[in-house]
Amino acid sequence: MYQDVILDHYKNPHGRGLREGDAEVHHVNPTCGDEITLRVRYEGERIADVSYEGQGCSISQASASVLNDLLVGRELKDALAVQETFLTLMQSKGRLTPDDAMEETLEDAVAFAGVSKYPARVKCALLSWMAWKDATAQALGETALEEKL
Amino acid sequence: MTDGTQAPGTPHGLPGLLDTEAIRKDFPILHRTVHGGKPLIYLDNAASSQKPRQVLDAVNEYYERHHANVHRGVHILAEESTALYEGARDKVAAFINAPSRDEVVFTKNASESLNLVANMLGWADDPYRVDSRTEVVITEMEHHSNIVPWQLLAQRTGATLKWFGLTDDGRLDLSRIDEVITERTKVVSFMLVSNVLGTVNPVDEIVRRAQEVGALVVVDASQAAPHMPLDVQSLGADFVVFTGHKMCGPTGIGVLWGRQELLEDLPPFLGGGEMIETVTMHASTYAPAPHKFEAGTPPIAQAVGLGAAVDYLSGIGMERIAEHEHALTAYALGRLAEVPDLRIIGPVTGEDRGATISFTLGDIHPHDVGQVLDEQGIAVRVGHHCARPVCLRYGIPATTRASFYLYSTPAEVDALVAGLEYVRGFFG
Repeated sequence: MYQDVILDHYKNPHGRGLREGDAEVHHVNPTCGDEITLRVRYEGERIADVSYEGQGCSISQASASVLNDLLVGRELKDALAVQETFLTLMQSKGRLTPDDAMEETLEDAVAFAGVSKYPARVKCALLSWMAWKDATAQALGETALEEKL
Repeated sequence: MTDGTQAPGTPHGLPGLLDTEAIRKDFPILHRTVHGGKPLIYLDNAASSQKPRQVLDAVNEYYERHHANVHRGVHILAEESTALYEGARDKVAAFINAPSRDEVVFTKNASESLNLVANMLGWADDPYRVDSRTEVVITEMEHHSNIVPWQLLAQRTGATLKWFGLTDDGRLDLSRIDEVITERTKVVSFMLVSNVLGTVNPVDEIVRRAQEVGALVVVDASQAAPHMPLDVQSLGADFVVFTGHKMCGPTGIGVLWGRQELLEDLPPFLGGGEMIETVTMHASTYAPAPHKFEAGTPPIAQAVGLGAAVDYLSGIGMERIAEHEHALTAYALGRLAEVPDLRIIGPVTGEDRGATISFTLGDIHPHDVGQVLDEQGIAVRVGHHCARPVCLRYGIPATTRASFYLYSTPAEVDALVAGLEYVRGFFG
């Protein structure tokens, strides 16, 4: 479960710190107290920045770092596709072996495959991704988000 | 076997330990292995205890030989199940030294017991009624189950909710007790032993002040009943609640003890079968306590299991169990102090404290601590332990908690310490 990639992101998170944004959300994982404050900034439908502050376990914090790597600079439509793929992997209960296409889409996030075997930890891995989706809905409106799905 | 100066199961020669080698034989689950053959080291007893074979057998035998609904029907099984269910009430009453068996109400768990008391008081007539002119007092160390029911009551009645804060060393701050508990206070509800800090609270001081102002006292003994002698008469409280599954009993059974005259005076909360005397389409009259508060088919098998648990604990002796846990806790506090970056949240000595130890380990998140310990077969609890205000008070997001019971051993404490060293290396 604790792949080196995850520990690296945990110890040296990418893009951490709150910067200017169009919307801010605060999400918590009540079972363990993981918390994240996340802001998104859009230029049109391109993600200009995802900034965050949080406290929590290595899985939740590393996942936010990976999210920042994967999503900043992408068009919303592509970002949602990445998010859906990550969600599929995390809901696989450890039964899914990522294929080449999935590895290409998810890059470092593939390292979380092992986390999907631990039901109590899946929420940790998804915390920042749910926060991002929520912040995006607030920044661009629910309908903009739904149109892209 | 060791020689006569040292009981078996005390490899460290700590005085006061029980013969855990013999006790552990009663608990089948303690012999299973996890994660590829590692022995299970179960240190999550504050969340729930394991069950001895005697309890499992009692529940099984009840279902195999005696099951029927209670208090109705005239057939042999109904009589047997009723005798077993009511027999469990006798056992529990004796276990807590209740003056009368009719003061023992069976519920689903301690949360339900607390909600029941809060609702009795919310619907009561004077002089018990909680309303907008009155105050309810709790403490900052309470489990959510002793916070939320009172918040709900306060919101619905307009009563003011007040609480005792905590000192830096993990104890109740009673320095302004006369300002917190006042003439307006209707009820004071607090835990006897903290499920996070391990603190044993000074009941006498709080009861004395509550009685001065005529307030009712509710004691949440969920973390006390399993671990030490509990005497509701010497506590001086009006209500005492606890749950079965933390004291070797099944899940789904809890207890509310209340003083008889209060149970007689206060109104029922849940209505239904078994709690009535007569029913017409216009109105009903109610059965006397405890049945007035036990609407519907009760948790019969679970009560029988709790009766067996009480027999089991009494057979070993609650004084002996308390002594065992005290010795083990003192040993654990000493060993944990050797782990660099480990900060104990709660009293750091064994004085007035139970066998629950919460701590943080540097900046390593408790979830990560718990996960890596689990890989080594060590089960601890991580998170805020349903007492989030405690974490807020001490400025931490969560803790790792190790909690012991009558079957816990010094060797398990050693394994925990070794496990924590491994965790530090892993995330260091």
